[in-house]
Amino acid sequence: MNLFIASVQRDLLVHFRHPSEVLNPLVFFIVVISLFPLGIGPEPGQLKEIAPGIVWVAALLATLMSMDSMFRSDFEDGSLEQIVLSEQSTFIFVLAKVVSHWLLSGLPLVLLMPLAALLLFLDEAGVWALTLSLLLVSPTLSLLGGIGAALTVGLPRGGLLVTILVMPLYVPVLVLATAMVQAAEAGSETTGYVYWLLAILLGSVCLAPIATAAAVNVATDQ
Amino acid sequence: MLNWFHRLGSPKIFFEISGRWQVPLLVLSVLMLTGGAVWALLFVPPDYQQGNSVRIMYIHVPAAILAQSAYVMMAVAAAVFLIWRIKLADAAVKCIAPLGASITFLALVTGAIWGKPTWGAWWVWDARLTSTLVLFFLYIGVIALRSAMERQAGAGRACAILALVGVVNLPVIKFSVEWWYTLHQPASFSLTEKPSMPMEMWLPLLVMVVAYYLFFFAVCVMRIRNEILVREKNTDWVKQWLAVR
Repeated sequence: MNLFIASVQRDLLVHFRHPSEVLNPLVFFIVVISLFPLGIGPEPGQLKEIAPGIVWVAALLATLMSMDSMFRSDFEDGSLEQIVLSEQSTFIFVLAKVVSHWLLSGLPLVLLMPLAALLLFLDEAGVWALTLSLLLVSPTLSLLGGIGAALTVGLPRGGLLVTILVMPLYVPVLVLATAMVQAAEAGSETTGYVYWLLAILLGSVCLAPIATAAAVNVATDQ
Repeated sequence: MLNWFHRLGSPKIFFEISGRWQVPLLVLSVLMLTGGAVWALLFVPPDYQQGNSVRIMYIHVPAAILAQSAYVMMAVAAAVFLIWRIKLADAAVKCIAPLGASITFLALVTGAIWGKPTWGAWWVWDARLTSTLVLFFLYIGVIALRSAMERQAGAGRACAILALVGVVNLPVIKFSVEWWYTLHQPASFSLTEKPSMPMEMWLPLLVMVVAYYLFFFAVCVMRIRNEILVREKNTDWVKQWLAVR
């Protein structure tokens, strides 16, 4: 538990002193969203209809942008290896890295949701569903992305590869989340989706760090 | 049994045993493929609704079945490699990935060709098509990771972890995608469900499915043997084997 808290604290401190790594994905997110009205045309009706999809794809891309750096600096300065060699649990360490990644990339995206919704003319029900779905899913994105980040950490340019590895894993949550927002906009019940997304989140909390820890072990083994 | 398993795990013994099997396997699979194809394309009666386009089924359905089970086979090999560190299993993971990807690609392409005359569109975002496409991406991920890590010692284990993560995800993808559409669109194509077909159409399909599997195993064995030769090129038995040739 000490390791967990210490690791999260350190990551937050490092990123508060160098905020550009946190801010860039958020700026990217807003830029991608504001490109769609320019490309498709500014009609509110049309934009509102495709808004959940746009916001979700932009959020996925923004998350993937920051994914590559999850273990990289620790790998390069050797602290990742020290953690693996120490008697501390790699599982806990990996979980801490994922939590700090979520605090620095997932949570800010959730807070940006109202702005994104404003740009795309979503109505109130849609905004709430969108924010809730992102709140439920963004931890899953960080957890699954961690697997890809750990697998590619030893490679010189892993960024693009992470996208290829992780995108197929994101399909289920993307499908369920956009379906949830559309259901909310149509005024129907969304509880079923919430349960599904929560179930996937809990499953990922239990399973994904095992794979990530194994991948970290492989990366530090060489 | 366990002893036999261990013996087969040794590259040299696998190489010797598979050397005896690969030619009969390949000959049998090619015979069945030709026979099944001729039977399916020339002698099976055309479907009363789809006419002759139904014959694409005999290429498409076996590919689609094999695409999924090849992934499962790859994941089993990955688990065997991660647990027991049998190098042969890693060679199997490496050899199955591109084969599985090409079979999945074949399933997607023949599906598109079949979709055009029957549904009127090359591609539909239907549950099965989408999950097969995601399966294709999973294969591509494993191949991409392997080629990016080519010179690194951990490549095999990294790919094995990825293959296992993918297999956990496979049912989730399948169900989420089916859910996605059963909620929003009523099934417009009952064709995606297994039709109860008459025996004279079903039998050649069975022959084709078995032939695909045999062909897959035959090519797989050939690739693994090749991989063994590359990996063990500095051992005495490979040098002796090459000297005899």
